[in-house]
Amino acid sequence: MSTTPPNIDPRAAALFQTDGRLRRRRIVNRLMEALGTIASLAAVAVLVIVVASVVKNGWGAFSVEFFTTSPSLSGFGTAEGGILSSIVGSILLVVIATIFALPIGVLVAIFVSEVAPRKVADVIRLALDVINGLPTIVTGIFIFSVLVLAQGQSAIAGGLALAIIGLPLIARSAQEVLRLVPTSYREAGLALGAPRWRTILGVILPTSLGGILTGTTLAIARVAGETAPLLFTTSLAVTTSVTWDPTQPVQSMPLTIFQYAEQPDPSFHEQAWATGAVLLAFVLVVSLISKFLLARSRRKLTQ
Amino acid sequence: MTQADTMVNVAPIEIAQRRERPQTPTLRETVFDIRNLSVSYGKTPAIKDVSFEIYRNQVTAIIGPSGCGKSTFIRTLNRMNDLVPSANVEGEVLYHGVDLYGTKVDPVQVRRRIGMVFQKPNPFPKSIYDNVAWGLRVLGMKDKLDDRVKRALEQAALWDDVRHRLKKNALGLSGGQQQRLCIARALAVEPEVLLMDEPASALDPIATARIEDLMHDLKNEYTIVVVTHNMQQAARVADMTAFFGLEVLPDKSRTGILVEYDATQKIFTQPSDKRTEDYVTGRFG
Repeated sequence: MSTTPPNIDPRAAALFQTDGRLRRRRIVNRLMEALGTIASLAAVAVLVIVVASVVKNGWGAFSVEFFTTSPSLSGFGTAEGGILSSIVGSILLVVIATIFALPIGVLVAIFVSEVAPRKVADVIRLALDVINGLPTIVTGIFIFSVLVLAQGQSAIAGGLALAIIGLPLIARSAQEVLRLVPTSYREAGLALGAPRWRTILGVILPTSLGGILTGTTLAIARVAGETAPLLFTTSLAVTTSVTWDPTQPVQSMPLTIFQYAEQPDPSFHEQAWATGAVLLAFVLVVSLISKFLLARSRRKLTQ
Repeated sequence: MTQADTMVNVAPIEIAQRRERPQTPTLRETVFDIRNLSVSYGKTPAIKDVSFEIYRNQVTAIIGPSGCGKSTFIRTLNRMNDLVPSANVEGEVLYHGVDLYGTKVDPVQVRRRIGMVFQKPNPFPKSIYDNVAWGLRVLGMKDKLDDRVKRALEQAALWDDVRHRLKKNALGLSGGQQQRLCIARALAVEPEVLLMDEPASALDPIATARIEDLMHDLKNEYTIVVVTHNMQQAARVADMTAFFGLEVLPDKSRTGILVEYDATQKIFTQPSDKRTEDYVTGRFG
């Protein structure tokens, strides 16, 4: 295959020898590299195609009114107004979910990684994984049966369903971050005669705050797009009023997409696509924020 | 003549000159009375049947080969081994006559009286000021906080280095400065004893020398126990030296034992045990 240069030390000549096995290894190597590259490109392509089609199909619906007004009922079978009530509703739901899931998730993480004996910690970790794998529609039915049947639909009910979905994400990521805090910080705190809870509160939590917020923003991005649990818990029909009242049912972006996509008139479809684009942009921004927070906390820890 | 010998011949004179205590006690006051101390991790023994006394306002060095339980030993003196769930302590560690492992003793209070500096400098990722002030705030010693922080940094010979950047992150300091900051942090809460677990092993020779100078100065006010794998360091700084060795048990497991404990000069010039002599003259370890 390759040619050996003339006048070369026979010991060095071995470097140019090629046998069948070596050739096969090279081919396999090339093949695996190519397959890996293709798979990676395909993954990126999926994202590009999804984003492109969402933006393209929804482009016509974008206007100032789209962001500043709520759906109007005056349109005869066509979409009138914008999605302000959905945007506000989504924000409200996410805020409620975070208020419930963040403190509980962080406390669970602290208990698991700092306090609990290993066996108890393993059980809790398993429980969190199971909750994480719970079909979100089941979470929705659960909240429906315990809250909505008695109290009626509300943003709180929807937010709680989302909190259950976000809790394991926050707890698991917070655990990972807490594990990264060097043991030497714990020892230093304890060696000063500080009780354990003071060490956790004063040293370990501040150190891992950036990482915990990273996990939280990712959880927010995830729950913001959840639709199934909201079907039962917040809205049966399209809610047109803009409300920050958590006891009222609210519209949300995923629900809007779902409901509009089922309408006959194409103007609704366009608005559904546009709403999808807004949701995508939201997830993208939140992911970028979490990246930024992570980089910052890394810098702070290593410097 | 070995290097260790020359070191020892110089060190005691220096120590004598540095000791400027108002009244030199005729009798040594015992701080720790360790009786038949054995520590194991699960079923693995770490140290076995260690007994000796540690005296007030002295530097006591713990030397010995790797794996002989030096760190395990020093960590039992302020109950840091409580953090290791499998650690099991037998025997007594009497601190001014009270067993630190007694049922009613609060380990948090133990560590408050008996501070510790670790092998790797471990300042908190906070400002220099907050590193020192943190322990004070936690322990409620908040009156004259600035003065206390300043005094601790002065004691650790760090004040002049950092006086203009107290609000800067402590992780920006050099390794030696970080270690002195950790010493300042430990001193700020006014412990009686300072335990140092190989405090200079991660530092360059100049930073090491500063830490050693510091030990000389600090023993006027504190009782210091230092683990070191550097024999010259023990010879330079310590009044008393405990040599830990390894004993191979019948079942081939190895455990640390106390071979010899005596005045540093005696350990390095006329050790009474052959194993000590082999170790300090460099024939072993």
